[in-house]
Amino acid sequence: MTTDVAVPPALPPGPPGGGARPRSRFSVPGGTALGVGSAVLYLSLIVLIPLAVVAWRSVDQGPGYFWRAVTTPDAWSALTLTVGASILVALINLVMGTIIAWVLVRDRFPGKAVVDTLIDLPFALPTIVAGLVLLSLYGPESPLGLNLAYSRAGVVLALLFVTLPFVVRTVQPVLLELDKEMEQAAASLGASPFQTFRRIILPNLVPAMLSGTALAFTRSIAEFGSTVLISGNLPFKTQVAAVNIFSQIEGDNTTGAAAISTVLLVVALVALVSLDLLQRWGSRRG
Amino acid sequence: MAIEVRDVNKSFGTTPVLRDVSIDVESGSLTALLGPSGGGKSTLLRVIAGLEQPDTGTVRISGVDATRLAPQRRNVGFVFQHYAAFKHLTVFRNVAFGLEIRKRPKDEIRKRVMELLELVHLEQMADRYPSQLSGGQRQRMALARALAVEPEVLLLDEPFGALDAQVRKELRTWLRRLHDEVHVTTVFVTHDQEEAIEVADTIVVLADGEVEQVGSPAEVYDNPANPFVMRFLGPVTEIGGSLVRPHDIEISTEPVEGGTSATVSRVVRLGFEVRVELQVEGRDAWVQVTRGFADQLALTSGDVVSVRPAPGARSLVLATV
Ligand SMILES: Nc1ncnc2c1ncn2[C@@H]1O[C@H](COP(=O)(O)OP(=O)(O)OP(=O)(O)O)[C@@H](O)[C@H]1O
Ligand SMILES: [Mg+2]
Repeated sequence: MTTDVAVPPALPPGPPGGGARPRSRFSVPGGTALGVGSAVLYLSLIVLIPLAVVAWRSVDQGPGYFWRAVTTPDAWSALTLTVGASILVALINLVMGTIIAWVLVRDRFPGKAVVDTLIDLPFALPTIVAGLVLLSLYGPESPLGLNLAYSRAGVVLALLFVTLPFVVRTVQPVLLELDKEMEQAAASLGASPFQTFRRIILPNLVPAMLSGTALAFTRSIAEFGSTVLISGNLPFKTQVAAVNIFSQIEGDNTTGAAAISTVLLVVALVALVSLDLLQRWGSRRG
Repeated sequence: MAIEVRDVNKSFGTTPVLRDVSIDVESGSLTALLGPSGGGKSTLLRVIAGLEQPDTGTVRISGVDATRLAPQRRNVGFVFQHYAAFKHLTVFRNVAFGLEIRKRPKDEIRKRVMELLELVHLEQMADRYPSQLSGGQRQRMALARALAVEPEVLLLDEPFGALDAQVRKELRTWLRRLHDEVHVTTVFVTHDQEEAIEVADTIVVLADGEVEQVGSPAEVYDNPANPFVMRFLGPVTEIGGSLVRPHDIEISTEPVEGGTSATVSRVVRLGFEVRVELQVEGRDAWVQVTRGFADQLALTSGDVVSVRPAPGARSLVLATV
């Protein structure tokens, strides 16, 4: 389709480079089929089949049993605590992670390289070690005089700690790659620094922010090691879903454990899909 | 004067990039900032736009001292070499950006944007994203975006630098016509002397952070201020210790008064023109003649000829090193 052909004579003649560039699309039919095939096979073996087994297990004694297993007071309390704390943690890290990424990319200060390395610490530490560190910092013998052990705040703190890197590490590269001239163009068109941030920078960061948040959330709802020590596992108070599952298995209730696992699975899927939809909707709107 | 730059100095670290630069840009003119790579052209343009602060010196825009004014408040349109398109916005929203910031009514924005898209021939592309445009189309979108806010001056940094030779040739003719239509004071950066001569009314030659010469294309081409400018603006050759344009040299098979003896080393036919390569006093030189004249002389390599600058030819005596 050429669109620049008809040019009114009064205007300067049609400038060149008029034809629309077709959107490039890789088309190697055989290669694609092979690629898709092996990806599906791999995903099935590693992810889908185990998930399907868990889901199947959870209903093998009928939907009524599934429902009862999930709504026992301790299971339900663990589930709501987990989902609630994870939402809170994801939101806090969405904001804080973005700010940290911003500071790491845009600001200069002594010790920046050290801070940059420290961000990965929660990933590098075995989570149980993270739990131990948190317990000694914020436990009954806290040198800071801040005792969060056996409280819901302690659970949230542990989750904040282990999921901090996600948003930072997804936003940081995007921010690094962001075309500075876009911001300068906005400035010379009259946009204030805040307007430039709001209309130019933020929309370009949102996809990365959302995927970092999704990762932080899904990681949170499954977290075990870091919360197990500081929470004290008090049923109805600080026991998270993963720990509840563990204790169900210990009590030989595999079906109940599978049922709770399935709920977590569904929550994670819903979160991933809705953030993805949000992202698509946003990019369509611009 | 639309732009007055006075004694501007700018260094990055210890490297001086602009040295005592002073230029005047007349209202409604189309000025080319011409110079070799690294000469400070972009830096000067960015200083005018307020994207860079000069270390010393002043910038006045439309008579107002703008030296300390933020880029937002200079009312300057800037077109970046690599377009700086807002990737997440459609062509329409890109062009509308400055007007949206100024909180113009929606229907006014729509009308103005569509006018501009028509002007740059992108009216069919309004709903596309920049990634779906060709380089030339993106460049025109950036131009429309800068024009939307009715800037007092339009600054273009190598507007056609990233495009292929054919497209850029066509675009520069188009830019000239567009300027004749819109009349906004325009400064564009280029390192292509042909582009500067063809498009601009005034050429500022900038090299090594210093203004070498300012003048109309004819002045700068015919009366270069120094050997550097002469070399930069067109072909030159050296005869008898002077720098001369190769088309300003007379060549004859008979010895002539004031002529220098030379030996033909090669005759190259380039369509209408013929390039006669010579050895003059042990140095390489060349002369450009028409095909008809070359046929008349019937030169072949080894011939001894006499060469001298044509009457009225501009030549520069080179300082002997
Ligand atoms: N932000 C910067 N920091 C340090 N040095 C810089 C910066 N911007 C430009 N320079 C230096 O200043 C000099 C002039 O750069 P400038 O971009 O103005 O040149 P130019 O004439 O536009 O060259 P070109 O034709 O290659 O674009 C160069 O030596 C460049 O390395
Ligand atoms: Mg440049």
